[in-house]
Amino acid sequence: MAVNTADAVQQRSRERRKSLLPLLKKVQETEGYLSRETIRHISRTLRVSENEIYGVASFYPQFRFQPPGRYHIQVCLGTACHVGGAPNFMEAMKIERGLGHGQTTPDRRFSLEGVGCLGCCAISPVVVVNGEVYGRMNRVTFMRLVESLESPEKPS
Amino acid sequence: MSAPRPEIRILVCESTACASSRSAEIRSALEAAVARLNLVDMVEVGFTGCHGFCQKGPIVVVEPEGIFYCQVKPGDATEIAEAHLAGGEPVKRLFYRHPVTKEAVPRYADIVFYKNQRRLILRNCGIVNPERIEDYEERGGYEGLRKAVTSMTAEQVVEEIKRSGLRGRGGAGFPTWFKWDLCRRQPGDEKYVICNANESAPGAFMDRSLLEADPHSVIEGLGLLGYAVGASRGFIYCRAEYSLAARWAQTALGQAYQKSYLGSRILGSGFSFDVEVFHGGGTFVSGEETALLSSLEGSRSMPRSRPPFPAVRGLWGKPTVVDNIKTLACVPPIIARGGNWFASIGAAKSPGTAVVSLTGKIVNSGVAEVPMGTPLSTLIYEIGGGIPNKKSLKAVQTGGPSGGFLPGGKIETPLDFDSLQEAGSIMGSSGIMVMDEDTCMVDAARTFLSFVQSESCGKCVACRVGTRHMVGLLDKVASGKAAEEDLGKLERLGHIVRNSSLCGLGQTAPIPALTALKYFRSEFIAHVVDKRCPAAVCRELVTFRIIPGRCTGCQMCVKVCPTKAISGPRSQPHNLDQGKCIKCRSCYEVCKFDAVAGEAIIIVS
Repeated sequence: MAVNTADAVQQRSRERRKSLLPLLKKVQETEGYLSRETIRHISRTLRVSENEIYGVASFYPQFRFQPPGRYHIQVCLGTACHVGGAPNFMEAMKIERGLGHGQTTPDRRFSLEGVGCLGCCAISPVVVVNGEVYGRMNRVTFMRLVESLESPEKPS
Repeated sequence: MSAPRPEIRILVCESTACASSRSAEIRSALEAAVARLNLVDMVEVGFTGCHGFCQKGPIVVVEPEGIFYCQVKPGDATEIAEAHLAGGEPVKRLFYRHPVTKEAVPRYADIVFYKNQRRLILRNCGIVNPERIEDYEERGGYEGLRKAVTSMTAEQVVEEIKRSGLRGRGGAGFPTWFKWDLCRRQPGDEKYVICNANESAPGAFMDRSLLEADPHSVIEGLGLLGYAVGASRGFIYCRAEYSLAARWAQTALGQAYQKSYLGSRILGSGFSFDVEVFHGGGTFVSGEETALLSSLEGSRSMPRSRPPFPAVRGLWGKPTVVDNIKTLACVPPIIARGGNWFASIGAAKSPGTAVVSLTGKIVNSGVAEVPMGTPLSTLIYEIGGGIPNKKSLKAVQTGGPSGGFLPGGKIETPLDFDSLQEAGSIMGSSGIMVMDEDTCMVDAARTFLSFVQSESCGKCVACRVGTRHMVGLLDKVASGKAAEEDLGKLERLGHIVRNSSLCGLGQTAPIPALTALKYFRSEFIAHVVDKRCPAAVCRELVTFRIIPGRCTGCQMCVKVCPTKAISGPRSQPHNLDQGKCIKCRSCYEVCKFDAVAGEAIIIVS
């Protein structure tokens, strides 16, 4: 009987721990980032220390700890995109908007992120804005895209 | 459900790449057009997963004729519906055109890209609707699982896999049956099986293609694995970025449960099995099997030392088998048709087929499948259609970011685990990257090594510190600041990292740099001794020039230059101030695509 109880307890704690990553992902999807309050809340729910959660979350590049801008720009830096000139997009944002990887503009309009291969290599270089994929970009069309996001009318 | 299916089916690819070109709109436009023309009883508008030929997307296929339309736009829907579906006259304008002869190729099966393929793992991709289990069943789906649970013992299943000679498609080529048998023989009834779909090698997208297009074959393979080793729980570890793949896999799971291919007492047998999709963290190292286990347990995904192997002590310390998604997709047909059938395909020591993603400087990029042992030249020149813009081939990289570069002379190397290893490269993720004469090998080696370096989990010194220093040395070479002895250092360091890293990530990380040094040493020497980059890529060694004779003075480059380095009045050749130029390529790109004369700006070394 005692063995069974121990097993059951262990099983429960494993399942709690296993749900950490999916939970963090879900929260980020709905809230856009992981706030301190969120992490504290998850820590209480799953009974995993906050330090431990930060340790895990900061390991994975997908998690953000600051709110993203209204237009979250992800630049694919995978091989095919890299060869196609994607690092130039990052540089262009740096030079022309002062925005680097993981940063958000003060007016919270744009945030920029360089990401690993998105698996759309056949249409590289690829840029994703709020989940929408734009393929076959170059520095010029990329900056035009950014400008179109700035203007009041939505890009087609 | 019971109504007969319309005879003509028009299928739109809604996989990630095609969806980015608005394929969902194409489908709704087609649906509207079909309804307007009162063809609903005759024509079914459906969708499929990836056809693999993403470059020509969005792709629309009309069955049963097998007419293949490419680069379709939502505005083309009406014409397709009116001319083809109602009038029976296919729209020639949207046919695929042969890259050299420019001849229109109407049928799917005649396109060079597909003609030389042998589709086994991707057997259903682009044919079945990933959200319809009936499509999969119609094509013999779940027969392997039915056969196993009703008439075979676990030993027999393992035996069949052994007979097939199947080797793990994750990269290392480890015999699949061996892992299965080891796990099967472990005591205890708490065992786990995992499908590794954490594809994060840049330039590889076949796992995404497969899971998006044919999730049921993966589920069936996982079920068979579970049955063979005696596990009652399985996971599909899917990369977080692949949201569409995860969604379709989730839908497929629900249907499999409904039809009793999953759940308790599967198909009336004594075997019970549950599967869930786990959204992984999207790091490269998570694809390493022990790191994947850590991630699944809710920790930082760092590899563990082996032995003990996961088959003995894996997830939560219990026996676990982790198999690549492509390995699992091979399993159902092996069980249904027998191991000998599978063993008769491909190369003697590497039976079966290889799924590769062709990218880089190649005419037809996409996902293709060929029998193992097919020479690289067939892949590149026949299926891939060769190198665009009449350039010549410089190198082929097989195996993703940590695979080796093979020079043009090695192009006849057969694509299988052992031959590639002999040539100094690896099968790896089977991403094939083609590089033409415009590629600088120093820059390429640096790019791949920096990727692996930034993905290193940091657990062992060799990988964490070693790759960092290798990148530093390559930076020095690329900027013309290196001495000849640095090349020796780079080589030595590469061997140390390869021999002393804990997991496959570190062990393979130096391969690109080492093979580049081996086969393309002269380019390194050019950077180091002559301080020039022969391919005119390495930024610090090149200059941008305007050819006055070609410049029409259209001012496009003047407008885009971020540092105002280009000046000049309209209609007169512009001037480029080298002191201000930051070599950002903006002018080069705008000149190539937008300028009236075109290509008046060149990069020289």
